[in-house]
Amino acid sequence: MTKANFTVPDERGYFGDFGGRFVPETLITALEELNAAWVKYRQDADFQAELEGWLKEYCGRPTPLYRARKLEAALKIKEVYLKREDLAHTGAHKINNTIGQALLAVRMGKKRLIAETGAGQHGVATATAAALFGLSCEVYMGEKDIERQAMNVYRMELLGARVIPVSSGSRTLKDATNEAIRDWVTNVADTHYIIGSVVGPHPYPAMVRDFQRIIGVEARRQILAERKVLPDVVFACVGGGSNAIGIFHPFLEDEVKLIGVEAAGSGIASGAHSAPLSAGRPGVLHGSMSYLLQTEDGQIEEAHSISAGLDYPGVGPEHSFLKDQGRARYISVTDNEALEALRLLCRTEGIIPALESAHAVAGVMLEAAALKDKIVVINLSGRGDKDVATLANLEAGEGE
Amino acid sequence: MSRLAEKFAELKKNGRKGLITFITAGDPGLDATSDLVVALAEAGADVVELGVPFSDPLADGPTIQQASGRALAQGVTLKKILSTVKSLRRRTEIPLVLMSYYNPIFSYGLEKFVVDAAAVGVDGVIVPDLPLEESLSLRNLSAGKLAVVPLAAPTTADARLQEIVAAGSGFLYYVTVTGITGTRRSLPPELSASLDRVKKIAGGLPLAAGFGISTPEQARLVGRHSDAIIVGSALVEIISGSGTTAAGLEKLSKFVLSLRQSLDGLSGSE
Ligand SMILES: Cc1ncc(COP(=O)(O)O)c(C=O)c1O
Repeated sequence: MTKANFTVPDERGYFGDFGGRFVPETLITALEELNAAWVKYRQDADFQAELEGWLKEYCGRPTPLYRARKLEAALKIKEVYLKREDLAHTGAHKINNTIGQALLAVRMGKKRLIAETGAGQHGVATATAAALFGLSCEVYMGEKDIERQAMNVYRMELLGARVIPVSSGSRTLKDATNEAIRDWVTNVADTHYIIGSVVGPHPYPAMVRDFQRIIGVEARRQILAERKVLPDVVFACVGGGSNAIGIFHPFLEDEVKLIGVEAAGSGIASGAHSAPLSAGRPGVLHGSMSYLLQTEDGQIEEAHSISAGLDYPGVGPEHSFLKDQGRARYISVTDNEALEALRLLCRTEGIIPALESAHAVAGVMLEAAALKDKIVVINLSGRGDKDVATLANLEAGEGE
Repeated sequence: MSRLAEKFAELKKNGRKGLITFITAGDPGLDATSDLVVALAEAGADVVELGVPFSDPLADGPTIQQASGRALAQGVTLKKILSTVKSLRRRTEIPLVLMSYYNPIFSYGLEKFVVDAAAVGVDGVIVPDLPLEESLSLRNLSAGKLAVVPLAAPTTADARLQEIVAAGSGFLYYVTVTGITGTRRSLPPELSASLDRVKKIAGGLPLAAGFGISTPEQARLVGRHSDAIIVGSALVEIISGSGTTAAGLEKLSKFVLSLRQSLDGLSGSE
C-alpha cells in the first residue's frame, strides 16, 4: 500500500494535480466566503452538535450495516455487508450533504438554495433541507432526467421546490450543472448553490466529502464492533463520487482495498458510457481539474448510463488523485450488468436498490471469484423506488 | 510594440474610446468569420474578440451558447480557428483576441497554444474560467508573446483587483453585471461609480467594460467611464438573424457604426 499523504486538498483545493477553482471571477468572492464558513464550522462544536442532531433524529443515522447472507450464498463470497444509505431519510446518502450545506447556508445568511440533479435524489434532498430550514429552493434538472425520474420531480414539487427543466446539450446532469452555475453567477448575493457531489470548484469537493464521511466513519465503527476486524474490500458506485468518497475516506490509512464502480453504459468500447476514470483523460469541467470524457479537441463528451445519477462525463478530483496514487481502483459495469445485480438483490435480499447503487453490487458480482474468502462492504447508496418506472418500461420492451 | 498595445496607445493619443467587438468563431462558418472580422474592422471596431466555441460555456447566456453550438456543429476547433487567423492576417491588422474556456486550450497544450497562436497573429487571450490563482502557467508561458487579459467583476474586492491588474496584460476586462453574457435592457445603476473605482486601480492597464451592452446609449454611458467597451451578444444576434449575405453584413456594419459614432461623440468632451 502506498505511503502517500492523504491529507488533501491543499489550501488552493488541489488533490495532487486535480481540483482547483476554474470558475468565472464573479464567483471567487462567494467561494472564498463559503470556504471561510466551512473552515470555521467544521471545527465549531455547536455546529457539529446541531448537524449530528439532525442526522440522528431527522435522517435516521446511523444507517445499519446489514449482513447480506443470501447474497453471500448467491455470490459465494465469505461475508458481504451492505451499508444501508437507502434507509436514510429521502432514500439516499444525498441528505447527509444537503443538511450540512443548508445549515452552513443559514449561518451565511443565504435565503435561497439552488441545486442540480440527475436522478433527482440530490434535488429531493435539497428540497427537503430547504423545507426544513425555511429557505426557497430551485432545482435544475435535464429534460431527459425529468422523464426518467418523474417520481422525484413530483416529490420535489410536493416539498415546495421549483424544478427548472434544462433543454441544452445532453439534457442530463452535466447541462443541469451548467444552468445551476449560471444561476449562481447571477444571484450569488442571496443564493447558496448546494452541489450534490464531490465535484465543482474548491471548497466543494472537500466540503461535500466531509459531510459524506459519516458513511465510512459509521461503517468502520460498525464492522469493528460486529467482526472485530476491518473489511478486506469496500465497493461503491461512482457518479460524481460522493457516496464513494464518503465510505472510502475513513479507510484510506487502513489495509483495506477500495474499489469504485463506474457506469460502462453500453460498454466502454461502444463509446456510450460514463466512465471517465476508466476511459477519460484530465481536463476542466464545472470548476475543477479531473478525469473527463472529452474529444481530442477538448470538447466535453456526452455521457451515457441507464442510471441518471451516474450519467455524467466528469468525476470528483479526489478520485482522480486516488486513482493516480493507486490507492483506489476503479472498474466499470454495463447497464445490463447493473440490471442483473439489481434483480439479484431484489430476489435474494428483498431490497430494491437504486440503479446507481446496483452498479456497486454488479462490481462485486464481477469480481466475485477473487472475493471468495473476503469480507466485503458495499455502499448501498440509495433505494430504487425512483427507478421502478424505468425498469417497468424496460420489461415492456420500450426502454432506451 | 504589440498590435494591442499600439492600438490602445493610439486611442489614448487621439482621445478616443475603444470599440471591442466579439463574435463566435465559426458561426455560421469559418470563411464567414474572416469576412465578418474585415467588416467589423471597416465599420470602426478597434479590436475583435473571437470566441472559441465550447460545449459547456457556463459564463454565457443563450445567445452565445447557441452560437457556440452552431459552430461546433460545423466541426470548428481551436486548431481550425488558428489557421483562419493565419489567412485573415493577409487581410487585416486589427488586433485579435481569442476568448476561450480553459479546457480547449489545456487540451491543445498550453505551451503549444501560446506558440501557435502568437505565430499566426493572435494578440491576446481571455479565459473566462481561469481566475488569477489558476492562470500562472499560462501567464508565464505567454510573457512577451500573447497578452493574457484578466477579468474583474462587480464582486471583486479592491485588494484582489490590485493583484489582478498587476498580473494582467493587454487590457482589463471589467464585467459590468453580476451575471452571464447576454443583452440587457438596463445596466446596473451603480456601474459608473464602479467603473471610476476600477479605473483608478487599473492605472496604466486600459479598462474595457462589457457584458450586456447592446445600444448606442449604453455604449456612451459605459464609454464615458472606461477606455473601451466590449459588445458581443448584440452582434451575435444580428449575425444569427441576418446571416452573412451582403444585406446581413450591411446591417452589422450599420450597427457597429452607430456604436462607433456614439463613442466618438464622447471624445474631447472630457
Ligand atoms: C442513490 C445514488 N447513488 C449514487 C449517486 C451518484 O452520485 P455520487 O457518485 O456522488 O455518490 C446518486 C446520484 O444521483 C444517487 O442518487
